[in-house]
Amino acid sequence: MNPKTTALRAGLRRGVIELRSTFTNGQDLWNYFFPTVVLLVAVFFMRGATVPGTDFSLGARTLPSALGMGLLFGGLLGLAQHLVVDREDGTLLRAKAIPNGMLGYLIGKLVLVSSVAMIGLVIQLTPGMFFLDGLRLGDPSAWLTLAWAVPLGLIATLPLGAMIGSLIENPRNMGLLVLPVMGLIAVSGIFYPIDGLPGWLQGAAQVFPLYWLGLGMRSALLPADLAAVEIGGSWRHLEMVAVLGAWAVLGLVLAPVLLRRMARRESGSRVAARREQAMQRVG
Amino acid sequence: MRYGTVDVLNGIDLTAQRGEVIALLGPNGAGKTTTIEILEGFRLSSAGTVRVLGVDPARGDERWRAQIGVVLQSWRDHGRWRVRDLLSHLGDYYAPYATDQIQRPWPVDDLLAAVGLTAHANARVSRLSGGQRRRLDVAVGIVGRPELLFLDEPTVGLDPAARREFHELVHRLADLDHTTILLTTHDLAEAEKLADLIVILANGRIIARGSPDQLSRRLTTDAEIRWTCDGQRHVHATMDATGFLRDLLRDHGDGVQELEVRRANLEDAYLALVHEEETGIRTGRAERVWQQQEENR
Repeated sequence: MNPKTTALRAGLRRGVIELRSTFTNGQDLWNYFFPTVVLLVAVFFMRGATVPGTDFSLGARTLPSALGMGLLFGGLLGLAQHLVVDREDGTLLRAKAIPNGMLGYLIGKLVLVSSVAMIGLVIQLTPGMFFLDGLRLGDPSAWLTLAWAVPLGLIATLPLGAMIGSLIENPRNMGLLVLPVMGLIAVSGIFYPIDGLPGWLQGAAQVFPLYWLGLGMRSALLPADLAAVEIGGSWRHLEMVAVLGAWAVLGLVLAPVLLRRMARRESGSRVAARREQAMQRVG
Repeated sequence: MRYGTVDVLNGIDLTAQRGEVIALLGPNGAGKTTTIEILEGFRLSSAGTVRVLGVDPARGDERWRAQIGVVLQSWRDHGRWRVRDLLSHLGDYYAPYATDQIQRPWPVDDLLAAVGLTAHANARVSRLSGGQRRRLDVAVGIVGRPELLFLDEPTVGLDPAARREFHELVHRLADLDHTTILLTTHDLAEAEKLADLIVILANGRIIARGSPDQLSRRLTTDAEIRWTCDGQRHVHATMDATGFLRDLLRDHGDGVQELEVRRANLEDAYLALVHEEETGIRTGRAERVWQQQEENR
């Protein structure tokens, strides 16, 4: 068999094996359910509140928006985190030492990270069925929209995660991402519509993928007449595809370059140096 | 090879035969890891010619990579994987590179038996002891049945029993499978035990090479002579111990007591070298010792 095909298959198996191990690991299980807990608490505090200008529950609007945020966390931060950690602990160097190992590694990570993101999405959606009114969970067209919007969201965010992951060498620097992401959440209409924000801020928010991820999820799960309170009074699927598509193209062009650069620089002495650093951090 | 303006490797001239075990021996900072990383293709050399299995490692393709085994230092990678799953997964990548002579990958059960991990086949990697973990590292390095195997300080952190088992495995790979092995170590005893050829590096240069026998035979260092005469202790270092003793006994006869002649052995010479490297005091004594033998050849 062709070596690349072999590595591709090995990568798929690798993803499945790593996915399976997330179901038996306490930390991973916590990561699956933690966002749901946060979401339920947020929705609890929003009880009685409505989307401005309508009598639709604000909590029910927040759930799909938070799903969009989950895609960003899962796809972008998830993959970046894996790359940084795997570089530090030597997983990546091992992949480099075997033929086509990097290809297999990357496929495995993509399978793992996107599966985890989608499982997280389903887990967050479940309580919505019991606690929130107005979500179109029974409507096939909602699932149809999810079926293309979720993969599009992942294709837009995963390469960005790969880029960030290959640029950050020290796991401690992952913390640098928290503040910008928090800022982005605040202006992207996840927990509250952004029509109240100054125009330039609305414009800036719409450059980044998070706003569109939230909008896409809302367009899938909220009743059609809720589109009226969005910017431009519509779900703007065309614009959404354009912006997320642009991010995807940018990522897919740049990520391989950065990944190759990262892979080229891996060596035993670099891993050893990082280990020294990590030991000092612990000790 | 240079970092900035400092040449860290200089004039490393090394050729390995098939099935040969070569030990790169030297104190920390001698250039062992740099050398091995250049050969592994993980690092570029700034000048010179490198050919590994006929290919420049900097341009080695995946087929070349499949013929090479690298045993990495262990750390925490793949901690959640089970031993068998990991070996079988990593072995999969080698299947397309099997040849008529070499079956790739190494069947997992045989491999587990060869490195002594059969009892831990279903253990999680993070649960292995240090020695077991090191065996797994070796297993990962040889799962593709490499023609050439690199081992960078393979026995660091192994207890004596595990170290011995590891040595047996190296012998088996070299003798039965004709694997060419290049290993680095800073332990002379280990190099003597394992290697057909010992190459001693210091300051990025090869200062001595030869089989363990050749190295110790070629050594011509000062001998140290101690004695007491009239209740006083004396120490004298000389190249010509026999001549000095002849004179000493002629002049002082029965006055010479507790006579002791000690010639530095390979280990002393190596330790002198290590001492110089580690204290940073380069008296040049160690290098002089090695240079003398090059001239005496």
